[in-house]
Amino acid sequence: MSAPLFNALLELADDHLILGHRVSEWCGHAPLLEEDLAMPNMALDMIGAARSLYTYAGEIEGEGRDEDQLAYLRYDREYKNCLLVERPNEDFAHTMLKQLYFAAFMHPYWEAALQSNDETVRGIAGKSVKEVAYHIRHAGEWVVRLGDGTEESAKRMQDAVTELHPYVEELFHMSADAQAAADKGALPDREAMRTQWTNSISNVFDQAKLTMPEVEYPQLGGRTGHHGEEMGHLLSELQYMQRAYPNMSW
Amino acid sequence: MYSQGLIGADGATEETEEFLAKFQARIDREEKIEPNDAMPNGYRKTLVRQIGQHAHSEIVGMLPEGNWITRAPSLRRKAALLAKVQDEGGHGLYLYSAAETLGVTREQMTEELLSGKAKYSSIFNYPTPTWADIGTIGWLVDGAAIMNQIPLCRCSYGPYARAMIRVCKEESFHQRQGYEILISLCNGTEEQKQMAQDSINRWWWPALMMFGPHDAESSHSEQSMKWKIKRFSNDELRQKFIDATVPQAEYLGLTVPDPDLKWNPDKNDGKGGYDHGEIDWDEFWRVVKGHGKMNRDRIKDRKKAWDDGAWVREAALAHAEKRAARQTQHAAE
Repeated sequence: MSAPLFNALLELADDHLILGHRVSEWCGHAPLLEEDLAMPNMALDMIGAARSLYTYAGEIEGEGRDEDQLAYLRYDREYKNCLLVERPNEDFAHTMLKQLYFAAFMHPYWEAALQSNDETVRGIAGKSVKEVAYHIRHAGEWVVRLGDGTEESAKRMQDAVTELHPYVEELFHMSADAQAAADKGALPDREAMRTQWTNSISNVFDQAKLTMPEVEYPQLGGRTGHHGEEMGHLLSELQYMQRAYPNMSW
Repeated sequence: MYSQGLIGADGATEETEEFLAKFQARIDREEKIEPNDAMPNGYRKTLVRQIGQHAHSEIVGMLPEGNWITRAPSLRRKAALLAKVQDEGGHGLYLYSAAETLGVTREQMTEELLSGKAKYSSIFNYPTPTWADIGTIGWLVDGAAIMNQIPLCRCSYGPYARAMIRVCKEESFHQRQGYEILISLCNGTEEQKQMAQDSINRWWWPALMMFGPHDAESSHSEQSMKWKIKRFSNDELRQKFIDATVPQAEYLGLTVPDPDLKWNPDKNDGKGGYDHGEIDWDEFWRVVKGHGKMNRDRIKDRKKAWDDGAWVREAALAHAEKRAARQTQHAAE
């Protein structure tokens, strides 16, 4: 059991770290000052969740790896995040849509995780479910504003939908490890979030006047470490200090 | 920083002697001046300029530290740095709001920053090439800012004074956090110690410059002291900062890059203090006038964020108008 749960926790931790890292790239460069305050908040929530998840994964693994060793000292192919979260920020429309897609998945996921038979998972879920409810509200309001704003913002928002929708399917995919963790009652079944995700997004899209596209060929592979080219650049920044100055305390 | 905020400030007033005397009497009674109170035009202008420059310093100050968010060496440091830079943005927001109470909009102030008309603290025109700079900025730059800002909690203008109380609490936390980064480095490997020493070598003098020119050259300080916008002179604050900071450097085992620095038991009315070498004022004025290493990059970055974000702000406005129009229509039906 410990290996599947370790890997399934890493999937979750990597999702949070990588998306948190992407959002943090905005800090100091946001379109308005209020967003320069809001985006670091969301990044902090996600990095906070990642820290708890890595720490617990390290305990489960039992080989003495701490949050930083797991976050910083793996090779590209060992990261298990879904492809959606590693997508570049592009513009504010992409960034908010990515956040909404992820949060709309994580909210029912953490709600279900409140029933986990694993006490630590329940603890992390209890904190995260509140944070992610706020992310849905914040990102969702922006998607509505931009979708139903100006001609330019509507176009940018619909372009973001077209670009990011192929990465949605992977949110619901169950790796063998995630399945094993779900079968034991430690983590929820990702597939079970589909209806709630679709309802949340449809509700926002109706107000935002956006169309939900049909995706013929979903993009998959993140859970098995098959990432896009952008991921390597993200990791080279993320890991820079740990790689350039190995075995030091900061 | 606020001393630099006074460079070139024109406190000229055209009010009657009687009006000015009444206003001065309020100041002398330590009454707080509030947004709707009558005030000399020069007082208003000086504050708009100073609070605006202070706000811009917070906003531009997000950039050199933000430079390390994606490369922070541990998750704990990454989270702390994100929170810190977010705090600086928050300070910018309070300060813009405080300035708005004097009749100037955030948009106007932003345009003045981007056009180069308004200044910000010269310290942020220095680069942050290493992680140690994140520690040094917290320790020295926020440390110097606190020295400047604690007296501003008693500034005669109410909204500014109240904003500064919260700002100072957060800055004090930042200063300790920066110092703690340096403790980790100085307790670490030889490479880490060298990184810390290199950083203090680069930041020490620019941090001293944050207090502004010598009192004799600070042309508008006198009026600001009289109005109790400013409570201590530039040189007094600089000396307090040096006296407080040198022992902290010694504790870290770092060398302050000033060969003329030495303890003088007679200084500060016999309480003792440090004599120090002369600041390179040519460098100071060069950086203030826009020729520091990062001046152009900082404004370019701020301008890019503002320009790239224009469509977002326009969309938010358009959406709010559409929503209001729909509500009016619903109400009419």
